[in-house]
Amino acid sequence: MTTAAIGPIRRWQRYVHRHGGVRIAGLLALPMTWLMLLYVVPLVMLFITAFWTTDSFTGSLVRSFTLENFQRIFTDPAYVTVALRTLGVAVAVTVICLLLAVPVAFFMARIASVRWQPVMIALMLTPLWASYLVKVYAWRVMFSPEGGVLVSTFGTSPGFGWIAVVVVLTYLWLPYMILPVYVGMQNIPQSLLDASSDLGASSSRTFRSVLLPLVFPSIVAGSIFTFSLSLGDYITVQLVGGKAQMLGNVVYQSFSTDLPFAAAVASMTVVIMIGYLTAVRRTGALENL
Amino acid sequence: MTSTRGMRWLLGAVFALVLAWIYIPLLVILINSFNTSLTFAWPPPGFTLDWWSKAIANEGVRDAVVTSLIVATAATMIALVLGTLVAFALSGSRFFGHNSISLLVVLPIALPGIVTGLALNTMFTSFLGGLTFTTLIVAHGTFCIVVVFNNASARLRRLGGDIVEASMDLGATRAFTFRHVVFPNMRPALIAGALLAFGLSFDEIIVTTFTAGPGIQTLPLWIFNNLFRPQQAPIVNVVAAALVVISVLPIYLAQRLSEDAARSAV
Repeated sequence: MTTAAIGPIRRWQRYVHRHGGVRIAGLLALPMTWLMLLYVVPLVMLFITAFWTTDSFTGSLVRSFTLENFQRIFTDPAYVTVALRTLGVAVAVTVICLLLAVPVAFFMARIASVRWQPVMIALMLTPLWASYLVKVYAWRVMFSPEGGVLVSTFGTSPGFGWIAVVVVLTYLWLPYMILPVYVGMQNIPQSLLDASSDLGASSSRTFRSVLLPLVFPSIVAGSIFTFSLSLGDYITVQLVGGKAQMLGNVVYQSFSTDLPFAAAVASMTVVIMIGYLTAVRRTGALENL
Repeated sequence: MTSTRGMRWLLGAVFALVLAWIYIPLLVILINSFNTSLTFAWPPPGFTLDWWSKAIANEGVRDAVVTSLIVATAATMIALVLGTLVAFALSGSRFFGHNSISLLVVLPIALPGIVTGLALNTMFTSFLGGLTFTTLIVAHGTFCIVVVFNNASARLRRLGGDIVEASMDLGATRAFTFRHVVFPNMRPALIAGALLAFGLSFDEIIVTTFTAGPGIQTLPLWIFNNLFRPQQAPIVNVVAAALVVISVLPIYLAQRLSEDAARSAV
């Protein structure tokens, strides 16, 4: 069959088949345009806005470059405290999630019988999809100092404050840590663990020197979510934090009156996250997402 | 690695405790929705179905449900098209920019919701003439792409290129192969991805707060706006209980459809 004998559609298909680049470009055109225009451009605009200011008399934007907003964040003790507390909460939540997820994932992946594994993972992960707001609300009912479940049942409750914030954020984001750690642990061949104990390593030594390094990328992948989601939260703080404030609350409160300042505060969380993601890319953890 | 018996029991106990900790607050919400007490005395003094019938008759709740359904459906459509396209593009060879593109798709949910929300808010209000119903749908569509993408690419990875090559070696065209080989294999993953995207959109509140036009209330926004009104508390409890049940349905269906769904849920 000569080239002239086949139709234009067939010829186009052959061309596309032989030139993989054209196919990929064609597939990517629509989604990349969407993400560029509706995500990357707004993000860049947000960063640019962070260097502008708001005229305190007229409330209008002053579009000239200044570091004023960032100076305010770094020098005003009130904001420094909020930033450090936010970072502290995000780190605490991530560490607690990790401490809970490792034993739970280990139990599900390597101790429980294979028959029960799908049931267990479903039980653990299904609540992840129950409404975020409802879960926070549920904890508001639990922690409430007036007639809350904890007060009524145990006679005492930590009430609304930092403890409640850390407990609720851990509750919300724990499945995001359990899932990748579970998958990571499941993927480790039993022969590696057997080899380690055959060579004389104790259980705890095998756990530390063989198992943990192998699931490390999964742990990092999970921590991206627990860290990032805690960093930007403001609703949990509003509902169970009492007088506590996090960076998210500052953004939420200031965005309608002082957009550049809100943008600067939001950018701080992005800078922290980008730093974290860049470090993480080197471990190959992003492939596990 | 041999674990001692004591160790197994200890790990089993941790597992059981974490499971209890996860479910107790949700059970409290469910039980509370039948509570006769207006102030939610715990334990509940009596059982009633009154609040449920009042919530179902409540117009604000009904409107919010309809709004949420429309937004989630539209966002799911957008995510389904865009997420599938990216998954197909990234499934074959690795090319320059491969990693950056997968990072870009994850970014809208990997970055704090407040950043995504504020960025879109700034863009919509300063260039597109303000917030509307459409801006809300566009925002939801954007952060839902990743769920469909994850499901579709997990399935494509598992599928491999062999089956496609076999089909084409047997004389099938690319279009025929897609319709009769690739698509039937992809369908469960795509439905699962769509269900998860729907669930994600239905529950979202942070980005919603920043991108919904004035007067538009999704169900989570309705709950939030009524949370601090004591006389609305019984209705809020019912809506919360209903949301727990409803939002769990899509994930249950998705898991039944595709084993990849559980893994790509994050």
